[in-house]
Amino acid sequence: MISFKQVSKRYPGGYAALKNISFEVAAGEMIFLTGHSGAGKSTLLKLIAAIERPNGGTVTVNGQNIGKIKAGAVPYLRRNLGLIFQDHKLLFDRNLFDNVMLPLQIAGFDHRESAKRVRAALDKVGLLKREKAIPIALSGGEQQRLCIARAIVNRPSILLADEPTGNLDADSANAIMDIFKSFHQVGATLLISTHDENILREFKGRRLSLKQGELQS
Amino acid sequence: MKSWLMHHLYVMQYTVRRLRTSPLSSLLNILVIGVALSLPTGGYILLQNLQGVADKLVGAPQISVFLNMNSSQDEISRFTKQLEQHADISRVEFVSREQALQQLQQTTGLADVTGGLAQNPLPHAFIIYPKGNDIAVLESLRDELKAWPKFEHVQLDSAWVRKLEALLKFGRLAVLILAILLSFALVAITFNTIRLQILTRREEIEVSKLIGASNSFIRRPFLYFGLVQGLLGGTTAWLIITISLSLLNINLSDLVQLYASNFSLQHLSFGDSATLLVFSAYLGWLGAFLSVSQHLWQIEGA
Ligand SMILES: Nc1ncnc2c1ncn2[C@@H]1O[C@H](COP(=O)(O)OP(=O)(O)O)[C@@H](O)[C@H]1O
Ligand SMILES: [Mg+2]
Repeated sequence: MISFKQVSKRYPGGYAALKNISFEVAAGEMIFLTGHSGAGKSTLLKLIAAIERPNGGTVTVNGQNIGKIKAGAVPYLRRNLGLIFQDHKLLFDRNLFDNVMLPLQIAGFDHRESAKRVRAALDKVGLLKREKAIPIALSGGEQQRLCIARAIVNRPSILLADEPTGNLDADSANAIMDIFKSFHQVGATLLISTHDENILREFKGRRLSLKQGELQS
Repeated sequence: MKSWLMHHLYVMQYTVRRLRTSPLSSLLNILVIGVALSLPTGGYILLQNLQGVADKLVGAPQISVFLNMNSSQDEISRFTKQLEQHADISRVEFVSREQALQQLQQTTGLADVTGGLAQNPLPHAFIIYPKGNDIAVLESLRDELKAWPKFEHVQLDSAWVRKLEALLKFGRLAVLILAILLSFALVAITFNTIRLQILTRREEIEVSKLIGASNSFIRRPFLYFGLVQGLLGGTTAWLIITISLSLLNINLSDLVQLYASNFSLQHLSFGDSATLLVFSAYLGWLGAFLSVSQHLWQIEGA
């Protein structure tokens, strides 16, 4: 489903964030991407969503070469991915409902169908009662859950989460991991970056471990 | 198809909401656009009206000849014959001084004034209809007639109409230049409004792109906004012109009644109104388009 072949990424200024990365992810896998801050976790996830382009090697998602994808095709790629950003990227000028609605508006869904889906997604992350609240009124864990609701409302087959439990207390982190587990159970492919030792101790599963831009085996 | 319609409907609502979030600045923008557009439009409609007057007058060129006060009846019939036989003249009409006075009394309602006069101050006159309307021939005919004895004053009526035509041509050019300049201003106003909107919505744009918004999805609300703002500006200009013309006509009717004429200013025609609205909407759209093209790539990275 996702494959990296000898992928390298250098940022302008010459810093090599990823060096010669190769791995495959099969459909339905739940994978943890680990490594210290600055190891290149975010960069790797960005390459999958074409937010950054590789300098060498090939990134393939669902058979599509992401490094060579045309600008006009990027939106359609992203609509099939559920993205959970390290810095949330919530919109604070609108309520929870409208935040989660955004991906469906972008994809051009019928309004009534969308509203149903939005409520289902909010329900899934336990925020349905607060649909009229604005994100600023939410705790850190709740904001993170809102991000997840927005990422899953499109029912993507691949979910990419960048440090979804960063800065959260253990209870909130566990609540979020439970949500991810339930997606894993219904067959979604998940790639979760984290450096949270508690999580890694508790959840078994395949690891991809980065160190200074290189994949450890 | 349905979802496409829904989307445009949604964007339209969204546009209206954006206009309403800053009602004062929206209102001021629309007013500025309206005033800017009403200047060339007003110039245009005034020129149209003058053109209408000129067209009525230019129809058949005439030469008016006013005779010396002491021309005798004999002389008059001799002149009539000579004029009728002239190669360049198709028809001659004699207006006696009595007829002229009567006409003056009837058409202008100055009976009271003229009735009080001890004697008729008007001269006899010929109205001459020349054969062609080539201005050179007309002018040489006028000059020839001037040399006739007792022909006190000879006037070629089309001369001032020609001057009016030249003036109208000049006026139209001035209006065109004004229209072009103010069109630029309108585009600039919209460009700047949209630039500010893009800046304040930077986050929303960035996030939308990250979760799969196409460029056209991002552009659409801004383009709609420019279009709607332009259209409302055009509507304001239309109202300014229409109301002004109505007010002028009310005052004009008092004025022209004195001269027993039923002249009134023509309003913008349906075609002109449609052109104004389409053009203003287009300019708004253009300003938004330029602004979006200029500023959106700065958020492209994501
Ligand atoms: N846009 C960027 N420009 C330049 N350097 C960057 C950029 N983004 C990340 N980097 C650098 O690349 C390295 C990897 O960053 P990142 O992928 O964010 O690591 P992680 O997510 O594991 O903390 C870091 O050293 C970081 O400073
Ligand atoms: Mg990171």
